[in-house]
Amino acid sequence: MRTIRLLLEKEFRQIFRNKSILALILVMPTMQLIILPLAANYEVKNINLAVVDNDHSTSSAQMVNKIVASGYFKLCASPATFEQGMELIELDKADLILEIPAGFERNITREGSEKVFLAVNAINGVKAGLGGTYLSTIIKNYNQDILLKWAQASKIPAAPQINITASNWFNPSLNYNFFMVPGILAILVTMVGGFLTALNIVKEKELGTIEQINVTPIKKVHFILGKLIPFWILGNIVFTIGLLVSYFIYGIVPVGNLALMYAFVIAYLPAVLGFGLLVSTFCETQQQAMFIMFFFMMIFMLMGGLFTPIESMPKWAQMVAQFNPVTYLIKVMRMIVLKGSGFRDVLPHFFTIILFGVVLNILAILNYRKTS
Amino acid sequence: MFAVEAKELSKVYGKEKTIAVDAVSFSVKQGELFGLIGPDGAGKSSIFRMLTTLLLPDGGEASVAGLDIIKDYKEIRKRLGYMPGKFSLYADLTVEENLNFFATVFGTTIEENYHLIKDIYVQLEPFKNRRAGKLSGGMKQKLALCCALIHKPEVLFLDEPTTGVDPVSRKEFWEMLKRLKLQGISILVSTPYMDEAALCDKIALIQGGKILSIDTPSAIVEAFPSNLFALKGPSMYTLLQATNNCPMVEHAYAFGEYAHVILREKEQSPDALLAYLVEKDFTALEIKRIVPSIEDCFIRLLR
Repeated sequence: MRTIRLLLEKEFRQIFRNKSILALILVMPTMQLIILPLAANYEVKNINLAVVDNDHSTSSAQMVNKIVASGYFKLCASPATFEQGMELIELDKADLILEIPAGFERNITREGSEKVFLAVNAINGVKAGLGGTYLSTIIKNYNQDILLKWAQASKIPAAPQINITASNWFNPSLNYNFFMVPGILAILVTMVGGFLTALNIVKEKELGTIEQINVTPIKKVHFILGKLIPFWILGNIVFTIGLLVSYFIYGIVPVGNLALMYAFVIAYLPAVLGFGLLVSTFCETQQQAMFIMFFFMMIFMLMGGLFTPIESMPKWAQMVAQFNPVTYLIKVMRMIVLKGSGFRDVLPHFFTIILFGVVLNILAILNYRKTS
Repeated sequence: MFAVEAKELSKVYGKEKTIAVDAVSFSVKQGELFGLIGPDGAGKSSIFRMLTTLLLPDGGEASVAGLDIIKDYKEIRKRLGYMPGKFSLYADLTVEENLNFFATVFGTTIEENYHLIKDIYVQLEPFKNRRAGKLSGGMKQKLALCCALIHKPEVLFLDEPTTGVDPVSRKEFWEMLKRLKLQGISILVSTPYMDEAALCDKIALIQGGKILSIDTPSAIVEAFPSNLFALKGPSMYTLLQATNNCPMVEHAYAFGEYAHVILREKEQSPDALLAYLVEKDFTALEIKRIVPSIEDCFIRLLR
């Protein structure tokens, strides 16, 4: 006990003396939580639309108005021909071309049907896909409006149709921040826990201080605990800062129990700390540790369901995600923050994450040799 | 009981099976200042790391303070003080914090063993609130020695403690070691500097992982054939070549501004050599008989 206290005292002294690490711990989560959710937004806005209107009628103008009024599109040009429109796409000035054929209004009134042509610049897949879908939906709506107008005008009962009313549960206004902030917070906790542990231990190796420790009676277990506990505490501090930032900046109040969130983070941190410890046992220099951690952090982030849902990944990727501890933290964070899940709901994840912690730490300790 | 005893200690590195330490045997008596003298890469640090339980030997056995380095490594760690060749204290902790840390690790306090480090620590005291990383080279060595001594070790291992330290600090450092020896601490020290060898009670000359000779410095010097001469003249390089070609000469080598010449055993006087060189058109020659240094012994053993 005395040894651990001594090691902790030493560790905290060093951390508090290292101004850049301290700044990293305090400023990084704040800055990232302020910036990232705003940037990591799936909503596609400001799509540049070029309209080639060959009809120049009231109907075509109405339709274009309706499209622009949706807020997703910006009418950037009205080229005279489709070829001119293509040029705009090539210059990257337009993302979408909508071509309205000549006689659009006439055909719609007389024959009751008309075709418009949509060309999408698919270099940015998300923008193209979503933009195309938005535009189709808007045109469909417009189509329905016309149908309705005529139906009333001719007093003929409208064709039966299914009206869909969607209600978004747990996040009624589809606010992306509510979805992203808990996820990014999970990543931050992982970064501070994993990165700092790995780098800290490797630093002792690099400077040779570990040699000096190894010739003392300090036990293996004490040394490791002396390294894990400070970063376990720091992880919790970062989490607290993150919660405060998400409350004050995004007004996110977890629906579920705050204590349950802390309990999960407390159970989760040993898993990432153990991972950092494991990485440190393989590395001789901080540079090596940095690159290995960076490699895994990328996988953790991209395959943890932060940006893209795990369910839509290929089978093998879903398997990988199963072995990614961050997956569970992101999931549980969202469950508690958005849905208000209780202890029973997250219990299976508790077991999984504790298992991760046990396995990773055992591997790390087996691999950590005091005498080579 | 010996403070340190190594029997046939060996270490092999890597897949290429580089032999770093080749069946080394030596023993250090209690209260003795024992020097491992050898050039870089001779295997000194590997021997140190094995004896301080940081590295497992690949062959042979060794004991420190009567304890086996493999079986009793835990107990040995309580009783030895180790100062690695590279500065290995916490650079971001202050002088006092480092010392306190290592004292507490060993379950003691600075006050308890202050008498051991007093001479050294008084020089450090003005800087006690300075971070260890900001100390000068000599001060760092002194702090490292204090930290290695603070738990009153039975055996002290100093791996190249004076490498990269200025000549004045080096001299001071060796005086400190002499005083520590008087306190009954056995010291094993390694150094690449031959002049420091003479300050040890006993030395082992080591090269390529093998011990060439173990004895007291004076005995090693005495074992040297007495016909060593220092030769000086213009154009040293050709002079050295001509001297080495002379049949009376066993070996001649450059040594500072002089050439050191070992004559064959039956040649007791340099006159024949001088005559030989004059015949070869060398003039203004200066030759004198000298007492061999450890370095001369080492160079001779290496041949």
